Amino acid sequence: MIQVKKLVKRFGPKVVLRGLDFQVARGEFVALLGPNGAGKTTFLRILTSLSRPTLGQVTISGYALPAQASAVRRRLGVVSHQPLLYGDLTAEENLRFYARMYGVRNLEARIEQVLEMVGLASRRRDLVRTFSRGMQQRLAIGRAVLHDPDVMLFDEPHTGLDQDACAMLDDVLRNVAARGRTVVMTSHDLARIGDLASRFDVLSGGKIVASASRDEIGPDALLRFYRQSIVEKPAARELTI
Amino acid sequence: MNPIPPAEAEVHPSLGSTTLAILWKDLSAELRSRELLSAMLVFALLVILIFNFALDLKPAIRREVTSGVLWATFAFAGTLGLNRSMATEKDRGCLDGLLLAPVDRSAIYFGKALGNLAFMLVIEAIVLPVYSVLYNVNLFNLGLMMIILMGSVGYVAVGTLLSTMSVQTRTRDMLLPILLFPLVIPILIAAVKASAGFLDASPWRDIAPWFNLLLVYDVIFVAIAFMVFDYVVEE
Amino acid sequence: MEPKKPALKFLDIASAVLIAIATGLVFFYAPMEAVMGNVQRVFYFHVAHAWVGLLGFMVAAVAGVLYLRTGDLKWDVVEVAAVEVSLVFFFVAIVTGSIWARPAWNAWWTWDPRLTTAAILELVYAAYLMLRAGIEDPERRARFGAVYVLLGFLSVPMTFLSIRLLRTIHPVVIGGGGSGAEGQFDMSPKMLHTLLFSVFTFSVYFVDVLWHRVRLGNLMQKVEQLRLKVVR
Repeated sequence: MIQVKKLVKRFGPKVVLRGLDFQVARGEFVALLGPNGAGKTTFLRILTSLSRPTLGQVTISGYALPAQASAVRRRLGVVSHQPLLYGDLTAEENLRFYARMYGVRNLEARIEQVLEMVGLASRRRDLVRTFSRGMQQRLAIGRAVLHDPDVMLFDEPHTGLDQDACAMLDDVLRNVAARGRTVVMTSHDLARIGDLASRFDVLSGGKIVASASRDEIGPDALLRFYRQSIVEKPAARELTI
Repeated sequence: MNPIPPAEAEVHPSLGSTTLAILWKDLSAELRSRELLSAMLVFALLVILIFNFALDLKPAIRREVTSGVLWATFAFAGTLGLNRSMATEKDRGCLDGLLLAPVDRSAIYFGKALGNLAFMLVIEAIVLPVYSVLYNVNLFNLGLMMIILMGSVGYVAVGTLLSTMSVQTRTRDMLLPILLFPLVIPILIAAVKASAGFLDASPWRDIAPWFNLLLVYDVIFVAIAFMVFDYVVEE
Repeated sequence: MEPKKPALKFLDIASAVLIAIATGLVFFYAPMEAVMGNVQRVFYFHVAHAWVGLLGFMVAAVAGVLYLRTGDLKWDVVEVAAVEVSLVFFFVAIVTGSIWARPAWNAWWTWDPRLTTAAILELVYAAYLMLRAGIEDPERRARFGAVYVLLGFLSVPMTFLSIRLLRTIHPVVIGGGGSGAEGQFDMSPKMLHTLLFSVFTFSVYFVDVLWHRVRLGNLMQKVEQLRLKVVR
């Protein structure tokens, strides 16, 4: 579903991603872990088509980035730590706007379904400005699934949420995964992501330094796996690409 | 929680429909909050007030400076609207939301530009009668309206492009007038002269060169902004 | 640090020699202008600087377009170099113009099309530099810079045109055919030689300075790379 080969991203003289390889099969739920500044957000921005790779190949659903960005965008649903919603529009209006941007047919029925799914049907006519952080994030997920994307990308979706909101978000995430969607998610919260993802990849020094499925690691050993993969690969911190 | 139902088959959204979607979104958000329009309007009235004292708008000189005062007011109030309109996209990451959609980037440009134009025209439609009443000048003149429309089109065409750039810099709001004003001087000169021409009921041959200049500017800058907008939003 | 290329060294020397000769021509070869006297001699360098300023402006716009088309940062270095160099040349042109204008028009400054356009061009450049200063990411800085230079390149001639429509008193010395503007004078052959030589001299000097500035830009990039290596 997602194929990344020898991806390099440079900001002027600064090299953030150094020949990163990454594959995700259809239906996998991959958690992308890594310390701050490892390049997680940069990598995700490239996958979302918002940033161009300096070198290397990125293919999503068989379409290449950045050449076929428009085809990729139609198949992507993105949730970042910012909700990407307009505060002065109601929940319904926000969804209607994005549905029109994605050319979703049968729009009213679809909006209805999505609002139902994220549990905001009763607040549909309220301004998003009045929503709590958790509600905004749920609506953001609703926005991201409007056009029924094949691949979903989440960048730290739990940031700034309280326990209840996190739990509700997890429900929605499981729901998304259960529909056979391919999901890539970055997170700091190892405890939270532990029972969501089916595979864990560690990004450090601009490369994927370790990758393991949930079965391989076993329960409760995620933290140990994460720490080991960062400590064991000092080579990744060198400058050479 | 219900499972996510599949969406209906999608069609590729057209340039026109996505442009209108963005315009509709900006207008309905503004209709609700009225933050941008009220700020622009109050600012415009304050500028006129300041001119009133700075120039001592006596009936004798009023005639000559009216079109200049009007255009200075529109230009200053305009930057406020341009800044605000882009800041709402940038602050909550909505610009990324627009860019994530499978739409032509020009739809984003035209949608935002049309919204900005609408805000400019609303302000102008309020300022003109107010100015007429305050200074007892008749400003209801079809020629003047046309010049105001043409001037605003060029101003907004460049302004929307530049505000998209300035909002992505460290200095943000401060930068827009500095970037914008040196580039819109041809519009301001031509619009001031043409407006004055229409207000004085000058013959068409005196107004024509200014009219043509405005027209050429509008065509060139709408076209060039359309061509380079990709570079301003795509990373 | 890479040493200067021989061609650049040659240009350095050539510029110095040419400027010395041009100065000599201005003071000893060109005849004294009948009406304005010695002050008219500033005219040769004034025109040369204004010409070079325009040349730099065009180089910047071309480099901007090339950057947008290729995405190669070397064009960005050329663009900034051209803007910075041309900013200084234009400033000299404005100052020398003022020195000439004082006796000719009896004012340091007039709102004539060329003066005003020159001033606005300086403002466009200043805005350009401020725009760049506000952006961290080198690629975004280059893209925005190129777009802005391009917009300036299209708008400044229209500014010139619009002010010219208002009215001009600046003398049109070359090919102007006696427009009757104040301060107008006819050029003798010796004056023309001096003018052409000055324009040539400062064109060479422009290439020399531009080259130095591009080299400096490249070195700055290298320093930045090395600095990042050390920080890591």
